[in-house]
Amino acid sequence: MNSAFTTWKWRKTLREVRRSRQQLQRREQLRWTLKEQRRNMRNATKQQGKRVRNMKKESESKSESDSAPESKDNQAVGVLGSLTPEELEKLKEAVDERKKLIATMRGKPWPMKKKLVVLSCVLSQGVTGVFIISFLYYSNCQKWMKFQRDFENFKTACIPWEMKIKEIESHFGSSVASYFIFLRWMYGINMILFGLTFGLVMVPEALMGKPYGSIPRKTVPREEEASAMNFAILWDFGGYAKYSVLFYGYYNSQRAIGWLKFRLPLSYFLVGVGTVAYSYMVVIRTMARNANEEGGGDDTSFNFSWKTFTSWDYLIGNPETADNKFASITTSFKEAIVEEQESRKDDNIHLTRFLRVLANFLVLCCLAGSGYLIYFVVRRSQKFALLGLENYGWWERNEVNMVMSLLGMFCPMLFDVISTLENYHPRVALQWQLGRIFALFLGNLYTFIIALMDAIQLKRAEEEIVKKNMTIWQANLYNGTVPDNSTAPPITVHPADIPRGPCWETMVGQEFVRLIISDTMTTYITLLIGDFLRAVLVRFLNNCWCWDLEYGFPSYSEFDVSGNVLGLIFNQGMIWMGAFYAPCLPALNLLRLHVSMYLQCWAVMCCNVPQERVFKASGSNNFYMAMLLVILFLSTLPAIYTIVSIPPSFDCGPFSGKTRMFDVIQETLESDFPAWFGKMFSYASNPGLVLPFLLLLVLAIYYLQSTSKTYKRVNMELKKKLQTVSWEVQMYVQMSPTVND
Amino acid sequence: MGNKQTIFTSQQLDAYQVRLFHRYRDLAPQLVPLDYTNQPEVRLPYELIGSMPELKDNPFRQRIAEVFSEDGEGNMTLDDFLDMFSVLSEMAPRDLKAYYAFKIYDFNNDDFICKSDLEKTLNKLTRNELTEDEVRMVCEKVIDEADLDNDGRLSLEDFQHMIVRAPDFLR
Repeated sequence: MNSAFTTWKWRKTLREVRRSRQQLQRREQLRWTLKEQRRNMRNATKQQGKRVRNMKKESESKSESDSAPESKDNQAVGVLGSLTPEELEKLKEAVDERKKLIATMRGKPWPMKKKLVVLSCVLSQGVTGVFIISFLYYSNCQKWMKFQRDFENFKTACIPWEMKIKEIESHFGSSVASYFIFLRWMYGINMILFGLTFGLVMVPEALMGKPYGSIPRKTVPREEEASAMNFAILWDFGGYAKYSVLFYGYYNSQRAIGWLKFRLPLSYFLVGVGTVAYSYMVVIRTMARNANEEGGGDDTSFNFSWKTFTSWDYLIGNPETADNKFASITTSFKEAIVEEQESRKDDNIHLTRFLRVLANFLVLCCLAGSGYLIYFVVRRSQKFALLGLENYGWWERNEVNMVMSLLGMFCPMLFDVISTLENYHPRVALQWQLGRIFALFLGNLYTFIIALMDAIQLKRAEEEIVKKNMTIWQANLYNGTVPDNSTAPPITVHPADIPRGPCWETMVGQEFVRLIISDTMTTYITLLIGDFLRAVLVRFLNNCWCWDLEYGFPSYSEFDVSGNVLGLIFNQGMIWMGAFYAPCLPALNLLRLHVSMYLQCWAVMCCNVPQERVFKASGSNNFYMAMLLVILFLSTLPAIYTIVSIPPSFDCGPFSGKTRMFDVIQETLESDFPAWFGKMFSYASNPGLVLPFLLLLVLAIYYLQSTSKTYKRVNMELKKKLQTVSWEVQMYVQMSPTVND
Repeated sequence: MGNKQTIFTSQQLDAYQVRLFHRYRDLAPQLVPLDYTNQPEVRLPYELIGSMPELKDNPFRQRIAEVFSEDGEGNMTLDDFLDMFSVLSEMAPRDLKAYYAFKIYDFNNDDFICKSDLEKTLNKLTRNELTEDEVRMVCEKVIDEADLDNDGRLSLEDFQHMIVRAPDFLR
């Protein structure tokens, strides 16, 4: 065996040697023919010398990019460089002719043999240089296309989580994938918000502000010191966590800190305003962009044909990818079929309308009932709080929370049942469901804000008392004498011992952080129990159960798009509300979204089954954006109200000592800008100037809206024209006799 | 001498042909000789072609092999092999690809894509996941959309007219 192998190898090397010798011989012939040609043609002029040099450079650079037959290229370059310019002209013309010929040859559907024979007949004479150039051109073209393809692949690979989302889309359809795409978009926004708060607020205070323990607001009070490090206290964001850069109360109101003279209070205020402004801008920009897309790509004239003939990707070489591709093709067919069926449905219009009106009426009753229930419960809890919570049992203390949770569990199911009356397209039904649950959750928001306002009022009352006690305490320090700063020696008191006012802003921040954490925990636990545990039980108990668990009750769960989307939107609303009082919120949210993405991707692929009727989500997602905009508006209102109307605490936060938080702007204008700036500003804020400006803005909005309407109308007309023209062409093609090739 | 012909063949197609030749040869080294100047008659059976990584997962590999082979059964010579890869490559012009795509989807080789051809295409594409009703509905819709001369089946002109407008037909 060994000897056979070695003889085979020997023969192989012999063959290769023979082949390379043949190649060498061919090269020699090439050189000889070209030398002869050069001897025959000798007319060089100086004008065309430049062109020769350019061509040399081009061919040299081309030969650098070629990898395989390098020696041949060098040969070609040497040959090219030594030809005269007129020869090069002729060569170029000949190359163009050959290219045309080869292009037409490529377009013919003949078998390869035929093509080669025909080509060799036509090309009876040829300058070998021609083939070198056309060869270089051909291989460069190919390399360029390969480079383009690789670059596109790289760009797609750079998008985070793209592969995961594509996999989910192929198995579950585009509506489930749209939730994940929305999640990813939110992650991007939160990344920017985190950057702003972290970089411009938390880091300067941590690096350049006074360290922990130097002033009262930065130190844990003496009474709490013993328990400040307990895990339970830290988990509740008290103790050391409360007196850190995470919350409002830690920040000092010094106007400029550090060697950079960083204006921290101003930065804090502007970052707060900036996050809101940025969010508005991003949401509105996304809405506008999606609105454009909706109008444009509407060419569905060959929808099914294209799906049938062009959906397979011939470049797939991996069985898993092939599986995904099959799944996605099937899903896309099912989606298209659902669309088709919905558009074909023709039933009794009147009955449908009546049923829909009835359903809406029922839903309104439901919502009104739950709204009144919430209001009633909140009033009762306020009464209980006034009378002291110790007198009541567990139910009274947690009444509000319990009622909210129960409503949140049962009302969506009720809405689901009512929506079967309506018989909408699944996508439209999803939107109605989302809208109704949204209205329900607004009640949640309302109770939360009321509770918060009450707590703020309580804290402010407490603050007044502490302020009064401060003077008494200071008097005690100086042993009854009136503190006169010039004569009495300053008594140093440890910052932990100074009585502290209750910082209502930190309290608000803490409430928000606790809410976000509990919300996150609830979501994850429901996911694990509701989806994962259920799937495990169904899978493993199925063998020993009376009825088929997988087809009957409870079976595997479907992915609840509406619930998850609403959860995400409300979560973001909380972040927007609380980011001013707890700069750590965007960071927390970023972490939460990151974990959510991985956890939910895994849960979807592992425990959920696709829905019965797979439908195509509207690619624009404008509906989600609209809800987000409403929540953004609603959540910035309370924050703005507190900033404008409630005075800041006297001893904590970057605005302590001012009458209103926005006074920091006034202060900056007066002290940091030149005098004429302040004068100009005061002129500009004259009502006589501001009102006409507002009027102008309103007129501009009106004008822009009317022009956009005109453009839309013109767009539609052009599209119609295009359609009629293509239809006419079709008719023409049909009626004229077909021309055979 | 015969030099110019051989020079053209080897240089123009050298990079392509050498690699493709080696791919072809690797499928069955004992059948395919290294020296092709005598143009021997060698055919590789369909099973070997169908096991190539590019075609292994393709639902239409059988049809592709049948269309490009001389005998219509899927057994390919080196020329057929080159033909197939040159049409499937990204340098091939659109009309050429459309022509060959039509032949691939025409299962019964009658130069028309009729309803049964469409049904077979659809089943291969979705691996029989769609129900009978759905398959029938899709086939009706396709004929509705693309049939211009109203004979109930797609001719080459109908197919080409429809496919050149498709946004992602080039692969």
